[in-house]
Amino acid sequence: MATILLFLDRTGTAAGSPLSKVSEELLTLAHTAGEPVVALAGPSDDSLLEQLGRHGVSRVLVSEQPELNDYLLAPKADFLAHMVISTGACAVLLENSADGKDLAGRLGIALSAGVITDVVGLDSELVAEKSVLAGEYNVRARVTTATAILTVKANIVDVVAAETPVTAAVETVEVPFDAASQQVRIVQRSPRAVSGRPALEDARVVVAGGRGLDGDFGPVEQLADALGAAVGASRAATDAGWIDHAFQVGQTGKTVSPQLYISVGISGAIQQKAGMQTSKVIVAINNDEDSPVFEIADFGIVGDLFEVLPQATAEILRRRA
Amino acid sequence: MQRLKGHVAQSALNIIVLIKHVPDAQFDRRLAEDSHRMDRSESILSELDEYALEAALALSEQHGGKNSENTVTAVTVGPPAAVAAVKKALQIGATAGVHLSDEALAGSDAAATSAAIAVLIQHLGTQTPVDLVLTGMASTDGETSLVPAQLAARLGLAQLTQVSALSLSEDGATLMARRDGDTETLELQASLPAVVSVTDQINEPRYPNFKGILAAKKKKVTTLTLADLGLDPALVGASGSWTEVLDAAPRPARAAGTIVSDTGDAGIQLVDFLAAQKLL
Ligand SMILES: Cc1cc2nc3c(=O)[nH]c(=O)nc-3n(C[C@H](O)[C@H](O)[C@H](O)COP(=O)(O)OP(=O)(O)OC[C@H]3O[C@@H](n4cnc5c(N)ncnc54)[C@H](O)[C@@H]3O)c2cc1C
Repeated sequence: MATILLFLDRTGTAAGSPLSKVSEELLTLAHTAGEPVVALAGPSDDSLLEQLGRHGVSRVLVSEQPELNDYLLAPKADFLAHMVISTGACAVLLENSADGKDLAGRLGIALSAGVITDVVGLDSELVAEKSVLAGEYNVRARVTTATAILTVKANIVDVVAAETPVTAAVETVEVPFDAASQQVRIVQRSPRAVSGRPALEDARVVVAGGRGLDGDFGPVEQLADALGAAVGASRAATDAGWIDHAFQVGQTGKTVSPQLYISVGISGAIQQKAGMQTSKVIVAINNDEDSPVFEIADFGIVGDLFEVLPQATAEILRRRA
Repeated sequence: MQRLKGHVAQSALNIIVLIKHVPDAQFDRRLAEDSHRMDRSESILSELDEYALEAALALSEQHGGKNSENTVTAVTVGPPAAVAAVKKALQIGATAGVHLSDEALAGSDAAATSAAIAVLIQHLGTQTPVDLVLTGMASTDGETSLVPAQLAARLGLAQLTQVSALSLSEDGATLMARRDGDTETLELQASLPAVVSVTDQINEPRYPNFKGILAAKKKKVTTLTLADLGLDPALVGASGSWTEVLDAAPRPARAAGTIVSDTGDAGIQLVDFLAAQKLL
């Protein structure tokens, strides 16, 4: 079976932390399409190996070389390039994040391999489906080189374990890093505030607020918590400083594709739509009936969010009780 | 690969800003049915490139300013009409423009585009050594964000991508940047020359003013072809690409939804809708 290499970056992850949902989705794709091998940057641990074994991964190639931590991304791309060559992988799967795309780009040049980003579907011939032009078109594309590098969006498959679990064996590797890959030094790291809510990119439900919130994200957060949802925002809300930029949905923020996206006090500009219009179900609450967001809403409420949201939150909690 | 410039402190700063002429997202954007290529009739300077241009102008102003020999060159690769993006950049404040245009470039994927730009930058570097190549965080049409990393890899230059703050040390030798990741913010340092892509968080781009529009008329735009660069056409365009599009279809339109006006119970109706959709 064809080898599919999957990159796990655990350089900043505490030992024992579970795999992220996105990683499990990539593993699901990999063990469905071929023989998954993991290239792991950072430490390995027993619970990680146990999880990987359940996804059919028998080989885990680990590097803990300090360069992986000292410099921005480029050494990780070098590591991956060596792992593709040593495993003969025909495809590399990466997250569709900023890091994932940068790694994919460098890896493509290192291996003279084609890269497809924003993948939302993949068949056994490695033909990829991706959405382009802010979600207006669906395209099927394929890589014409020996190795395919794919950055895959979150939420495109249901996580399933491999049919037969295996024992994952660790092989520690040391790779040579290119001098050109050691030019951008990381001189300081500051952790960003983490919320107790699900991560925006892979949440099943997102409640997003915009300028209509007028500085008060309370109603959005309360509804999100009642639904177990992630919180998102428009750029108007992040630019105003009401919420961190990490929560921005749209062209220059996160692209999300949840089961349910509830848009609150957001007008629905093209740059906002770019990040959410492939959501399965869209609900919009806006007091302006002419807001473009209603054009893409499955259920729209023309009304004051400060009335509608608390009422909905209370009703959800009442039905649960 | 060769370095573009061994950095000499206090010399003029030569910055290249990569810009793209892209279909205006305010209108319906289309892919051609047969070639799957973009309809580029209603195109503008990509909004995301304005942040890169602003970052270049700000760096130039902070390091020598108007009376310096600093250059900010707006560079684009694209069909003849793409020169409009260069002209806009000149009005905003770029000092000169370069337009690489050649039929053979049509259909280039990110890898082929980065191949053409890498050779172009080396070509420009033989005339004036290049200190810095600035780009936007993505093109608003292709949206892959691959070109900056691929260009840095091809040229062997420092790669500082998706940065939200950028400055240059007093002596002009060290670049400092911030990159906001999902879990942490990184402070980065590198020596020049470098390839830097900037996010829309980095600054507030300026608009062209009347003086700038007049001044732009006297600025030079150099048009180049692949032959001028000695670049084999087979290495770019569809033949130089490592990916191919098999088919493209407009996303099926969303079925019209139900829109209700709140008469006091819309919050309850919302919960009913979610329950009916099994989303609770
Ligand atoms: C280069 C570039 C990149 C961009 N990237 C992004 C991006 O990634 N994401 C993004 O979101 N935007 C982005 N934008 C900005 C985008 O163009 C819009 O300006 C932005 O999305 C508007 O945010 P908003 O809808 O919250 O604000 P507005 O457009 O001001 O809309 C606020 C809405 O709230 C409604 N409202 C007000 N009060 C109430 C109330 N009490 N109850 C109910 N409704 C109420 C109003 O009717 C209005 O429709 C980008 C812009 C540029 C130029």
